[in-house]
Amino acid sequence: MLLDRFRRPKPTRAILALYDDPDRLLNAAALAKEHGFQGMDAYTPYPVHGLSEVLGIRKSWIPYVTLVMGLSGAALGLTFEIWTQAFDWPINIGGKPMISLPAFIPVTFECGVLLGGTMTLAALLLACGLPNLNAPILDRNLTNDRFGLYIPEYGPDWNEQRIMKVLKTTGAVDVRVLRV
Amino acid sequence: MSDLVTAPPALASEPLITPRKTFADVNADVSRPIERKPGMLWKVFFGISLLLTLQFFMEIGYQMYKGIGIWGLNHPVGWAVDITSFVFWIGIGHAGTLISAILHLFRQRWRTAINRSAEAMTIFAVMTAGLFPLIHMGRTWFGYWLVPYPNWRHLWVNFRSPLVWDVFAVTTYLTISIVFWYTGLIPDFASIRDRSTGWRRAIYGALSLGWRGSERHWQHYERAYMMLAGLSTPLVLSVHSIVSFDFATSLLPGWHTTIFPPYFVAGAIFSGFAMVVTLLVILRKVFHMEEYVTLQHLDNMNKIILATGMMVGYAYATEFFVAMYSGNPYERFTFINRATGPFAWSYWIMVSCNVLSPQVFWFKSLRRSLPVMFVVSILVNIGMWFERFTIIVSSLHRDFLPPNWSYYKPTIFDYSVIVGSFGFFFMWFLLFCRFFPTISIAEVKSVLWTAKKTEAGPKERAHAHEAVHAP
Repeated sequence: MLLDRFRRPKPTRAILALYDDPDRLLNAAALAKEHGFQGMDAYTPYPVHGLSEVLGIRKSWIPYVTLVMGLSGAALGLTFEIWTQAFDWPINIGGKPMISLPAFIPVTFECGVLLGGTMTLAALLLACGLPNLNAPILDRNLTNDRFGLYIPEYGPDWNEQRIMKVLKTTGAVDVRVLRV
Repeated sequence: MSDLVTAPPALASEPLITPRKTFADVNADVSRPIERKPGMLWKVFFGISLLLTLQFFMEIGYQMYKGIGIWGLNHPVGWAVDITSFVFWIGIGHAGTLISAILHLFRQRWRTAINRSAEAMTIFAVMTAGLFPLIHMGRTWFGYWLVPYPNWRHLWVNFRSPLVWDVFAVTTYLTISIVFWYTGLIPDFASIRDRSTGWRRAIYGALSLGWRGSERHWQHYERAYMMLAGLSTPLVLSVHSIVSFDFATSLLPGWHTTIFPPYFVAGAIFSGFAMVVTLLVILRKVFHMEEYVTLQHLDNMNKIILATGMMVGYAYATEFFVAMYSGNPYERFTFINRATGPFAWSYWIMVSCNVLSPQVFWFKSLRRSLPVMFVVSILVNIGMWFERFTIIVSSLHRDFLPPNWSYYKPTIFDYSVIVGSFGFFFMWFLLFCRFFPTISIAEVKSVLWTAKKTEAGPKERAHAHEAVHAP
């Protein structure tokens, strides 16, 4: 999450272990967690279910954004309709009441969906720090057929040799140290 | 690779994707049309659609100069092929959203191979549809009057009018469809970036926004995608309901009916699925995607065509019954006139294409026959175009007073906008096939055989965990 980024010192080194199978990655992540490695992340070509639980990644807060923005959009739309039709320039149309609520519902709904949907995308980009075109590509196959476990330097007890030793037992195709 | 042979029993009979495929194959296969020069067939199709589009815009230009009188419109028939095509194209779009959003919420995993192209179809269909109300206004350059904005006249649009609801529904639908589509494309653009060099890497890298597939990001991504699917589901139902309000809130017999919203939504899904089948039969052949878009996918879609076709047929029958039962002479006359009057030919084209032709899909062998489904899907498209034509023109041409009655005869310009809209739609679709991943790379990987193992429950995973720790 956003705050975590500021809490930890910026890492300069990281270890990346590559797997050719999502199951091996899941098992490796569980093992790494048991060894107390922190700040771990995984890079996968598609969302591997169960991985975030193993890595201890919290559930996304984006649904709240969708809910709040969807309701705000609907409220704004309805308020705008009532203001324009009944207050700013009231016009009698077919003897309908100035505030013709049933007739205002379609636009209210569409405004809610419009704001909710666009803000969901905005929240996704914000949560992922995108666009970020300068982010280093750790390995080109991580969007293809490799599943990577990523352990950045997390503090004074970060022990490169120990982590490498543990990861080498997990059936990784490759384990490498990256300068980040 | 023994696990490839011992597949989960539920899926053993019918794999979603041909089992030989690996993760790397998916990237290679889906990226191939993007990385190669297009074939002759693509060029020919693209050339034809480009020509049709050009004549479409020439027609629009001439019509803006001359006025909408160049169409066959006359006094009672003020809406004809323009609004027919508008409703037709909006309806086409609905299948895309149904596949991408509703089937996602229902966890229908077979959608993964077809949702990208269906969503693309939605966007291009809605773009095409959006042109029609604009050109139909005659003074197209005042199109921005549809939007409520502060102006020197201090006037606002009338929010009680279904035509204004339409503006909001269609623009929201287009925007949310693009948002949903683009969200799905981000990881795939990253896949293409990572296998390219040079300008292609730069362009797809920019389109991917720098996506790297971090688990923290996937966590947000999946939830956001789910939220968008949840928003799109009621949205798609609202859009065609609102389109049907354009008719239903008027007082014209044949339009003024409460059955319209569900009837229009069922018809939209029906025609949209037919268009998806038409497009996919061609796409899988031209781009060699037979192993991804399998007969099972087409079979499933043909079942939906059969089901929605019968809903539409039921609605036709209900309309007649209610007209009879209402005791309203105008209502009765309109429906008798529909089936036996001057536009009876249009009515019977609609019934035979929409109700009779999908009945062949009761048979499994016919549901899985490419020539049969191709012909039926085209018949359904024709039938659904004529359904809107029947609703609009045959209701208008004989309204309350006989002195008002008239016949509608299309001119060459009417034909020009119809074929032109198809050219415009196919031009975008062909560009999409050439430059965008037509199959969702990331989603298809999650239904491959090799990925199926990770679907094991927590118990199995705990076992695997112990196995790692044992030594």
